[in-house]
Formats: sequence, structure tokens, C-alpha cells
Amino acid sequence: MTRSGRLAGARAVLRRRLLVAVPVLAATSVGMFALGAASPVDPAKQYAGAAAFTASEENLAQLRANWGVDDPVPVQYLRWIGNLVRGDLGWSTSRHEPVASVLAARAGWTLLLIGVALALALVGSLLLGSLAAYRRGGLFDRALRAGAYAVQSMPVFWLGLAAIAVFALALGWLPAGGLTDVTATGTSWGDVAHHLILPVGVLAVSQAPWFVLFVRDAVAESMRDDHVLAARARGLPGRTVLFGHALRTALLPFLTLVGTHLPELVGGAVLVETVFSLPGLGAVTVAAALGSDFPLLAAITLATTAVVLAANLATDLAYAAADPRVRLDG
Amino acid sequence: MADLATRPPLLHVARSRLRLRPGQTGVVIAGLVLLTTVAGSLLAPLVWPLDQSAVALDQTRLAPSWTHLAGTDDLGRDVAHRAVYGLRVSLLVGAVAALVATVLGGVVGGIAGTLGGRVDRILMRIVDTIAAMPHLLLGIFIVAMLRPSLGAVIASVGLTHWLSTARIVRSEVLSLRNRPFIDAAISGGAGRLRVLTRHLLPHVLPRLALATTLMIPHAVWHETALSFLGLGLPPHLASLGNMINDGQGSLLTGAWWASLAPGAVIVVVTFAIAVLAARWRDRFDPRVRAELHL
Repeated sequence: MTRSGRLAGARAVLRRRLLVAVPVLAATSVGMFALGAASPVDPAKQYAGAAAFTASEENLAQLRANWGVDDPVPVQYLRWIGNLVRGDLGWSTSRHEPVASVLAARAGWTLLLIGVALALALVGSLLLGSLAAYRRGGLFDRALRAGAYAVQSMPVFWLGLAAIAVFALALGWLPAGGLTDVTATGTSWGDVAHHLILPVGVLAVSQAPWFVLFVRDAVAESMRDDHVLAARARGLPGRTVLFGHALRTALLPFLTLVGTHLPELVGGAVLVETVFSLPGLGAVTVAAALGSDFPLLAAITLATTAVVLAANLATDLAYAAADPRVRLDG
Repeated sequence: MADLATRPPLLHVARSRLRLRPGQTGVVIAGLVLLTTVAGSLLAPLVWPLDQSAVALDQTRLAPSWTHLAGTDDLGRDVAHRAVYGLRVSLLVGAVAALVATVLGGVVGGIAGTLGGRVDRILMRIVDTIAAMPHLLLGIFIVAMLRPSLGAVIASVGLTHWLSTARIVRSEVLSLRNRPFIDAAISGGAGRLRVLTRHLLPHVLPRLALATTLMIPHAVWHETALSFLGLGLPPHLASLGNMINDGQGSLLTGAWWASLAPGAVIVVVTFAIAVLAARWRDRFDPRVRAELHL
């Protein structure tokens, strides 16, 4: 079958997925809004901050009237969701600026962190996992597996703090946090890269165990496949057999794992950004949570969910495009 | 002294006394570590009482020593002592939260499995969508809306961790539904509720108990992450996440123990659980041979 033939069902799949995702996302947004409406926090007082103690009741009432928070909850929900659909994400009460501009200023750094860390984790785990599977039960295999389970037991923020203690404080090789040097006047890419080595490394290492263990099992499995045995019997060099035959077979199911693991990666990025005081979405999320900033929190949560769902769809389509045995019908 | 040289090494003696195969030593060590830490932290108030509000400002940031096994923090409090209580708080909160998550998952999975059809499809789609939400972000959202408190943390864990239980219970109920004893009960005149409570539930309960137990470390992690972000338990309460968060300032001045020691407790306990869970899978799921033998 040709490649286009394999993706023939893609449009139908896309339509069906959207038919499911949109109502479910809408239901989720109702749930989130209900939780926000049940919140004991008075948004007007929250917004005014310390000034709320001195502000007159008329001024607070004026604020509430301006935002329409005295309207019935269903009316408020419809207004909020209507604005969301039209692209107006609302006003962040903790940062006193539009949610959209917060996202625009911050999302790039988070995406950079996640993207580089994911790429590193993927390359590293494919390499290490395959090598471990080549001599299953050997010294390298056992050491790697024990290491993977050990790293899996470490919370990412603990790993980050340990990395700061060792590499920034004890050895003094790398900066402990921030995105640029405190003495720097502008943002130079070299400086930023230098500051991102630790956070990216920590996030990659903390996410790698799942990938390493999966690749190792999958490659070890496919090392016994007939076509791999045939390649070995033909006398092909070990490297070619391992990476050209065994790993290639194991690569496909790996794609879906990456898709399902994305939410985990986002949570890890929030924690890593907090540890290293990076100006990404993590820091504003925590600040928004402390200030009960519903519009910003809801926008971040729903936006990441939409991105993850889209990424899952993309991995499924990629899977179908790469493997002729898979047919799209979900 | 020739006698000493020919004697088998101590480890081998211990193994043969306990009738262990080489691969099982790690399991025993993990079990002992888990037992001592969990039992020790739960019994701590009886043997090693702690005044949560006591500070000693003349003994701040002391390095680990025999009097302070894990040093002291920026307020002169003994880190090891507080870590024992931190684990206690984290375990208790984790256990309650895991129970909440299991009950929620059990109800949703049970409804999906017994009713089937359209209800099942809709519920499972909702489960899939929530699974695509980063559960830390969702957890932060829940805590933010309920204001950080003990109840908010439990709600945050419960509402984000019920998905796996719902899937387990649903598939369990689906596979039980078509078994002859259910048909027998129905033809004997049992109603839907009676079938559910008297025939299905007893079969699902052991799995639920196991799921709850295995959920506790996840719940502890979630609570710790929230507390680390300053969104979890009240700051004066010694919980592992609060201690790691508190210790960050000390860490930057070189007193690494204030933050890393409480975190190490989580690492050790989680690792011990991972070793035991791998062994458990080996024992009861012969198809998947777990690979973790230490």
C-alpha cells in the first residue's frame, strides 16, 4: 500500500476524534468552572490585594459588577466559554494583564525546556536501551536497569536540588538558576544555553527511566524475532543488527509511549522551572495558584490538555503512516 | 585462623538460613527498609515526641553529626527528627487520599462495567481525556480553587488519581459479568443491586485493596510536589514536601542536608516499594517476568 493509501482514514479519524474531544473538553471546562465558582475566594478582594482592607465596599462592588461575578453561575460560564472560543482568554487577576499576553511571553521558554529535554531523553534512551538489550542480563544491562529504577524513585525537584548542590555549589561549574547572568545587560543565546544545561539535563534524566526500560524490553524482545535472527545468521555486524533491525522493529510502539508520557513531562517542567527559577509557565502557574487566579490557571490547564490531545493524535497518525499493519479506526 | 578462611561468607549463611535464592536478597532488604521506616514513622509519637513549633536559633544549619544525624535547618530544628514526622504526615495523607481516589475510581469503573453500552463509552472517554491532562497542573488548579489546606490536598490527589482504578475495576467487572455464577444468580432472581454487592464486589475487592496500596506512593509524591510548590499542607507542619521547600534557602548557602535529607527519605521508600512491586509481579503474573532483581 502506498503511504497516502495508509493515511486514507486519517481525515475520518480526525473528525471522529474531534467529535469526542470537543464535548469531553467542554464537560471538563464545566467541571473546572464549577470548582472555581465553589471557591471561597472573593475575586474582587483577591484582585485588590492589600488594598482590599482599605477599599470601600462600593469600589469592591463596582469591581464585581464590572466582571459580572454576581451574575448566576451558568451565565458566567457561558460568557467565559464564549470568550474562550472567540480567542479572548480573559484577564489574569494575579498578574494584572491579559492571560493571552502572559502565555505569549512565557510559553516559549517552557516549550524550549520540554522540547530539548524530550529530544535528549529520547536519543539517550534509544541508545542506552538498545545497548542494554544487546547483552540481556549482562553487566551493563543490570547496571542500567538498576540505575533506571533508582532515578525513577527520585522526585524531579529533589533531583534538581541535588544537581544544584553538586554542580552549581560544590563544583561551581554551572549557574544555580535563572536564565541569564545577574550582571548581563541583555539576553545572549550563549548565556541562556549555559543556564539551561542543568534544568534541561535534570528534566531529561528524570523522564528517561520510563523510556530506557521500555526500549530495553522492546529491543530485547525483537532480538529474538525471525528477521533479526536471519540478519545475524547472514553474518551482519552486531551494530547493524542491533540498530538497523532490532531497534527498528521496536521503534514504533515507542511512539505511543512518548505520546502518553507527555502530561508527565509537563508536570516535570513546572517543577524544574520552580527549582531553577526559570521564567516559564511553571512560575506563573504557582503564582496564579497562590492568588486563586481562575482565568490564568484554567487557560494553562485547558491549553496543555489540548496540546497533549493533539500530540497523541499526531503520534497515532505517525504510527499508522509508519506501520502498514496498523489501520486507523479509532 | 584457618577456620575463618574456610567458613562461608556471612551473606551466604544468611541466605541459606532464610532459604533465599540469590535474587531474593534485595527483596528482603527492601521489605525490612520499608517496614522499619513506615512502622518507625507511625510509632514515632510514642518513642520520639516532636514539638512542631520548637526552634533553636543558636544551632542553625549545623552539619550532620552524631547528635543531629541529618544536621539542623535554618531554625535550628533537627532535620532527621522532623523527617520522621514528615514521612508520617505524608503517609497518612497519602493513605487517606489513595482511599478517596480508589473509592471514586471504583464507583466510576463499577458503573461503566455493569451498565455497559453508551454509559460505559462516555465514562471511558472522560477517563481518557482527564488522562491527557497533566495531573500536576490539574492538581494545582484544584488546590488553588479550594485554597491550600489538608482537605484540598486530599481532594487534589483523589480527583487526579482515580483513573487507573476506574479502568481496573471496569475491566474486572466486564470479565466477571459473563461468568456462569452471575447468570446463576440472575436466574435465581437476584436484582441488579444484589448481584453488584453480593457477587461482583467480593471479587473486585482484593484487586481494589492492592490498587489502593500501590496508589499510596503516587499520592505521597503528589502531596510532596504540591507542598514543595508551597501549595500543599500548612507550612509549619513537618511534611516531606514542606521540608524540601523550606530547605531550599539553606541549600543555596551550602547546608544541603536541610533539603536533600527529607527528599532522600522519599527516594528510599519509593525504591523499596518498586523492588517489592517488581517481585510481586514476578510471583503473580508469570507472563510478565519483572526484571528488577537486586
